[in-house]
Amino acid sequence: MEVLALLTDGMLVALQPLNLMMIVIGVSVGLLIGAMPGLGSVNGVAILLPVTFLVPPGAAIIFLAAIYYGAMYGGAISSVTLGIPGASTAVATTFDGRPLAIQGRASLALVTAALASFVGGTVANVLFTLFAPALASVALSFGPPEVFALMLLAFATFVGLGGDDIPKTVFSICFGLVLGSVGFDQISGAPRLILFEMNGFLQGIGFLVLAIGVYGIGEMLWTIEQSRGAVTKTTPKMTVKGMVSDAKDATKRGWKGTFVGSFLGFFVGVLPAAGATPGSLMSYGVTKMISRKPESFGTGNPDGVAAPEAANNSASTGSMLPMLTLGIPGSPTTAILLGGMVIWGLTPGPRLFVDEQEFVWGLIGSFYVSNAAAVLINLAFIPLFIWMLRMPFTVLAPVIFVLSIVGGYAATRDMFDIWLMVIFGIGAFFLRRFDYPLAPAVLAIVLGPIAEPTLRQSLLLSSGDPSIFFTRPVAGPITIIALILIFLPAIKLFRGKRKTASDVNSG
Amino acid sequence: MRNGEIITAGVLALFSLYLMWKSAELPIGYIAGQGPGGGAWPFWLAVMMLLSCVMIAWNWWRGVSPPSQSDAPVLDSYGWKMLALVGGGIIAFVGLVNVISMYGAIAVFLLYYLKYLGRHGWFLSLTLALVLPVAFFFFFEGAMRITMPTGLAFTDPVFNILYEIIY
Repeated sequence: MEVLALLTDGMLVALQPLNLMMIVIGVSVGLLIGAMPGLGSVNGVAILLPVTFLVPPGAAIIFLAAIYYGAMYGGAISSVTLGIPGASTAVATTFDGRPLAIQGRASLALVTAALASFVGGTVANVLFTLFAPALASVALSFGPPEVFALMLLAFATFVGLGGDDIPKTVFSICFGLVLGSVGFDQISGAPRLILFEMNGFLQGIGFLVLAIGVYGIGEMLWTIEQSRGAVTKTTPKMTVKGMVSDAKDATKRGWKGTFVGSFLGFFVGVLPAAGATPGSLMSYGVTKMISRKPESFGTGNPDGVAAPEAANNSASTGSMLPMLTLGIPGSPTTAILLGGMVIWGLTPGPRLFVDEQEFVWGLIGSFYVSNAAAVLINLAFIPLFIWMLRMPFTVLAPVIFVLSIVGGYAATRDMFDIWLMVIFGIGAFFLRRFDYPLAPAVLAIVLGPIAEPTLRQSLLLSSGDPSIFFTRPVAGPITIIALILIFLPAIKLFRGKRKTASDVNSG
Repeated sequence: MRNGEIITAGVLALFSLYLMWKSAELPIGYIAGQGPGGGAWPFWLAVMMLLSCVMIAWNWWRGVSPPSQSDAPVLDSYGWKMLALVGGGIIAFVGLVNVISMYGAIAVFLLYYLKYLGRHGWFLSLTLALVLPVAFFFFFEGAMRITMPTGLAFTDPVFNILYEIIY
């Protein structure tokens, strides 16, 4: 009851005119920034941090949290309408969101994304409100072996993303992981894999360089080539009646993904090293695994949109938890929020809940209000995004290419990366012709830099003994599940071949 | 497609070998007291890439994968033309960024694509080619404080006017 009273007080704080205004502005700005390829919540929060010194600390953090929420909703927009995942958290949304848009059902994809995000955010808020201190201690018990086991589980879901050609999927995963290790060795600090002795590789290869190359350039070239220039435009319609019908459809066909994403996303988001990207990816993989029609994933299944969207929103809230309770940021954006709090004279950590009760509960209350504001603002903007899709393809295509280049530069500020993006794009176009799945490479480049140091730290802890991943109470079960999932497709394939051979022999 | 698949696998296998060689510039084994060497992670991943290429070649030889069963060309004349016009356009766009600025390159690329490839009218092509770069300028430089390349010195007078508006 005490929690309820504190939460009510917090929501009343969030609903004060100044705070409410900050929420509406923050969500709208976040939505716009999140929808732009190359820009994400981290840009919005970092750029607008100085602006917040004009208002009291409570309103300031509420404003930044609202930007964070808005950007998480916005990430789905570029994934669905442009086919470019603007942020790593929205990569999995592209797999089914883009096919739905191509089929003229972009409104269904966007409504599903908005509703799933809302549910994910709400579930996370409730879990946050009820279990914050307890979950923080669970997060602390996750050491390098546990985080690596979790990454292994995320990689296991990649195998299912790649289709039937296992060697090409494995190649794609390893390729992404190697690209993620270019630059400097994170532990010794020595330059590593400076390919062809080009200094541009010293800064590493960012996720966006590969993602925009593959999706913004390669995929667009593929679409133009496959359509033989006949793609004129998709003709999605958007009416209030249509939106209601889409909402019903989204609820009916996306509830499973929303459920999985909301809970899984939150728990992965809470872990300091993980964050929203592994959460969204694992939710997609798990939803696909438990689906009765796993083959429909990747072709426009609303569950495939709902799972990552619910997860990335849920994880965003989850990643606030270690920041507030322990002072450990769960993502780059929460790291900036943490910096902001320190500047405003607040000390994140267990004492924050005691010393700054009004601030903490006002912030938690603002999560609820921001989430509600974000879904309403997002739904209101959907007709605008749908209108964009009605443009002829010969207008949309160059705009997407331009957004890819400009967004890529905005994120990396280096022309070397833009050239790399073009090379990846043209390379992806050819690899796609030979059925190489590229989504696993894009996801691997995100998770590789988390997986490698945790593997090395774990082996250092165990003096090189890999049994550390099997003997620890949390890491052990996760590792075993991951290994089963990794080898399951190979076993199925082998058994299928044996069955076919025995059928032929008996026939 | 059949020839293309094995050539691609061969090129990727060579690239994997190159990555193994580059990774081996750092220690690739276990160092007592320090854990796995800095090159171990990429090296063993590159080994897996190489093994995958061997498996791809094996599947090609057995004619299991769809591309290995196809006699169609990798790209027909339309495909090569499209790649030259669109892909070439993108390369030219990126090449122009350091000459006529990011915004100038956007304008030229949009005009080329809309008018020449899209066969749209002059009004639409020119409007989009001029409005979009200006809108991007105010969004990125004004609102987001992200500076894009301004090209060679001859573009300075234009940017001086624009910067005066936003600063």
